[in-house]
Amino acid sequence: MALCWSASLIGIGVLVIILGTLLVKGASGLSSVILVQDTPPPGAAGGLRNAIAGSLIMTSLGVVIGTPIGILAGTYMAEYGRYTRLTVIVRFINDILLSAPSIVIGLFVYTLMVRPAGHFSAIAGSVALAVLVIPIVVRTTENMLLLVPDQLREAAFAIGMPRSDVIRYVAYKAARAGMITGVLLAVARISGETAPLLFTALNNQFFSSDLNAPMASLPAVIFQFALSPYAEWQSLAWTGALIITAAVLVMSILARWLGSIGVDR
Amino acid sequence: MQDVSILAAGPAERARKLRRLRAKKLRRLGDGDARFRILTKLSAIGVLIVLSAIFVSLMIGAALAFSTFGFSFFYTQGWNPVTGKFGALSPIVGTLVTSFIAMLIAIPVGLGSAIFLTELCPPLLRRPIGIAIELLAGIPSIIFGIWGLFIFAPFLQKYVQPPLISALGDIPVLSTLFAGPPYGIGVLTASLILAIMVLPFITAVSRDVFDTVPPMLKESAYALGYTTWEVLGSVVVPYTRIGLLGGVMLGLGRALGETMAVTFVIGNAHRLSGSLLAPGTTISATIANEFTEATDDLYTSALIALGVILFLITFVVLALARLMLMRLEGKAGS
Repeated sequence: MALCWSASLIGIGVLVIILGTLLVKGASGLSSVILVQDTPPPGAAGGLRNAIAGSLIMTSLGVVIGTPIGILAGTYMAEYGRYTRLTVIVRFINDILLSAPSIVIGLFVYTLMVRPAGHFSAIAGSVALAVLVIPIVVRTTENMLLLVPDQLREAAFAIGMPRSDVIRYVAYKAARAGMITGVLLAVARISGETAPLLFTALNNQFFSSDLNAPMASLPAVIFQFALSPYAEWQSLAWTGALIITAAVLVMSILARWLGSIGVDR
Repeated sequence: MQDVSILAAGPAERARKLRRLRAKKLRRLGDGDARFRILTKLSAIGVLIVLSAIFVSLMIGAALAFSTFGFSFFYTQGWNPVTGKFGALSPIVGTLVTSFIAMLIAIPVGLGSAIFLTELCPPLLRRPIGIAIELLAGIPSIIFGIWGLFIFAPFLQKYVQPPLISALGDIPVLSTLFAGPPYGIGVLTASLILAIMVLPFITAVSRDVFDTVPPMLKESAYALGYTTWEVLGSVVVPYTRIGLLGGVMLGLGRALGETMAVTFVIGNAHRLSGSLLAPGTTISATIANEFTEATDDLYTSALIALGVILFLITFVVLALARLMLMRLEGKAGS
């Protein structure tokens, strides 16, 4: 019994320690400079503007590419093909994709897009992130649509709505909060992902909005700067880590709050 | 326009036009319906295509390495980009060893927390602690990496590893496991970080699994005078055995594929060492560290081949985990 108490204490303790160190190490570097200056060369001061912008661009693109596919696939599984064998198989494969190693996804997009094109690019990074988005959105969409009571659908059928309209105007509307939760969870997941970006979008010392060129991202910059011997770079890495963690935590909490609303009745 | 023309016509004409209009509208609705249905079905099939595409494209990328080294790629040690000799043994062993040690620590602690959350915790604390553990599961792995590199590894190097070395130095087997200078970074540190990372997954899944036990079963046992421990041992754990195993395998899948947290603290040394304190490497750390530096085709191909091995190992582990969890769901549903 005491063991179970201490086990949970360890879990909570580690969370507190990690967040505490992040705050102590990262907060000292937080200033407006972070937002207006680009990543510096070794030994100079600078900010994280290009990395933050790159992360925002690639994360949004990844969500924009991945979400529609995920929602449509989830719709098929919960609405049209609820009892088909295809749904069972897709659900199984999707669950495996959900926890597939992200570095393998990076290798996949490298062989698919980077090697044929001959250069690293932000669009390849976004595609890699989209591959991570799809399974999360599929899972939540399916689960949330299954929670919508069938009486709602039957009532809509009874007044003569075609099936696609029932799904779009009744089921989607009822499950909206839950589906947005899924997208938020996906954003939280991919905004901290490093491994799939390392050899798709690579990194960029300078500000760039060219989707066909390498682009910086916060996780990649943290990876490069933390492993460097320069104190300025390491301190920037901590600040970046604090920004990412704060963003991820805010989104997870938001998602949880929306998820608790679940299905409107 | 159409409405006006309908109104302007005579009664018979009007009826015909109305009929035609309705048929057209219905047809369009039906078309839209079919299109939407096909679109959703294609997306669902798309999920399957993604997984097969991953496998096929990796196999193509790894073909050069597999054809050059053959089966010996799996059991040869040595990783030399200069001479073009690559063997995957040390990354494979490193992946398995770090995951194994991580699970050794994370399974008891994770199950303990789950038992605490479902059976022992005062209801007031249950939700906040559960949420905190789930938030811990959402923290990006690179955060664990940077924390491990700057805080955890120096701490181990200074306060934990020297006493370990001096205390275990005279015991036959343990002395080789804990030999050598305290680097801080190394296999043991990587395993500990991995354990911290998979802990919340195991806790969250096993808590959900424990919740599937029908309260009536537990209450019956309590009514017979069982203590909490006896209820756990003879009702909860036997009922959820398969699901627990599934949850543990899910955590193992995470540990095997984890990249960034490990890359920071493992030291990336391509040699097999008997000591847990020595630097080593894993499949994912090797790929992350070396892929952008790989210049020739064979080197790149060998790294992709490592990716294929990692993908296959995790695929099998995750598939088994899902099958076990599905069996539990089937039981809960019936």
